Amino acid sequence: MTGFIAVLSRELRLAARHGADTLGALLFFFVAGALFPLAIGPGPQTLAKIAPGVVWVCALLAALLPLDRLFGGDFEDGSLDQLLVSGTPASVVAAAKAGAHWAVTGLPLLVAAAPLAVMLQVKDGVLPVLLGGLAAGTAVLSLLGTAGAAIVLGARRGGVLLPVLVLPLAVPVLIFGTLAADAAGTGMSPRPALLLLGAFLAACLPLCPVAAGAALRAAVD
Amino acid sequence: MSCFRGDRLVLDGVSFSVPAGGALLLTGPNGAGKSTLLRVLAGLKQVDAGRVRFDGSDDFAGRAAYLGHQDAVKPGLSVLENLAFAARIGGGDAAAALAGVGLGSLGALPARMLSAGQKRRLALARLALLGAALWLLDEPTLGLDTASVARFGAALAAHRAAGGVVVAATHLPLPMGDTETLVMGAGL
Repeated sequence: MTGFIAVLSRELRLAARHGADTLGALLFFFVAGALFPLAIGPGPQTLAKIAPGVVWVCALLAALLPLDRLFGGDFEDGSLDQLLVSGTPASVVAAAKAGAHWAVTGLPLLVAAAPLAVMLQVKDGVLPVLLGGLAAGTAVLSLLGTAGAAIVLGARRGGVLLPVLVLPLAVPVLIFGTLAADAAGTGMSPRPALLLLGAFLAACLPLCPVAAGAALRAAVD
Repeated sequence: MSCFRGDRLVLDGVSFSVPAGGALLLTGPNGAGKSTLLRVLAGLKQVDAGRVRFDGSDDFAGRAAYLGHQDAVKPGLSVLENLAFAARIGGGDAAAALAGVGLGSLGALPARMLSAGQKRRLALARLALLGAALWLLDEPTLGLDTASVARFGAALAAHRAAGGVVVAATHLPLPMGDTETLVMGAGL
């Protein structure tokens, strides 16, 4: 636990010093989301229909942006060796990294998703479901992304490989997240879809850090 | 023990033991496997044959401190903040460790302002902070000035007096006496 908190506080301190990285993902999310009304047209009916999907896809892509530097910098300057020698298990290091990624990228995306959804004319009653789904969805993305980033560590062109690896794994999250929002929009219960999202998160929570930890060990070997 | 690096057998039939308070110097030409041996001892690399034991146990977690070629200094953080993680893990006082390597007055400075030698001293401060019983040093005095080497010698002596073990790969003479030497084979 000491190791988890030590790595987490280190990551948050680093993120605070490199605020531009965080802001970059957030700005990308906004700009990408704002392109849709320009391309499709400002009709409220159309926008309301596509709003949840647009928010979800943009959040998915924005969360990927900081991932290639999640371990990259530490790998290159020897910090990763220090983290792994410190006696903190590799999976705990990975879990703390995922936690930091969510706090620095997932949480701001969640906050920014509300104004973006309103801008896209999302229907009344859909917004809370959309945000609830995104809360679990961004956490799953942080976990999957951490595992993906650890696996491509040390590979050439890892930045290109990473989305190809992570995005297919994130497809169930996207499906159930948008399904929940659609259900809320048509007056049905979003509960089953949200529960499935929660189940996905519960499965990723132990599995992804373990996978990422093994990948980190292999990367420094 | 034996160890492959890629397809190449880098360590073959290497065997040694170091008593508590002892020090082992690894010497040999470039490519002889000194750094690989240190990474094996640090638990970063797996041995392909043989075993490594420290104090009767296979588990090195948290008992070794490793100083590699890279200083692992984050340029965006201040000098003192660079030590925060080690201080939390080792439970030591970061400011005192900084003073111990002669960087006490630079604590608030961003680490990107440090020279190469000062970064090395910062890495040495982290080594002392971790409070590990086994110090694994890869060319520890590279880039250090004479005064820093003398200070580092005192730190090494204190570490060994407390029962700590030092394993160091080096081409430069290290400021400590009573060492054993393991000459490693020529690289291929």
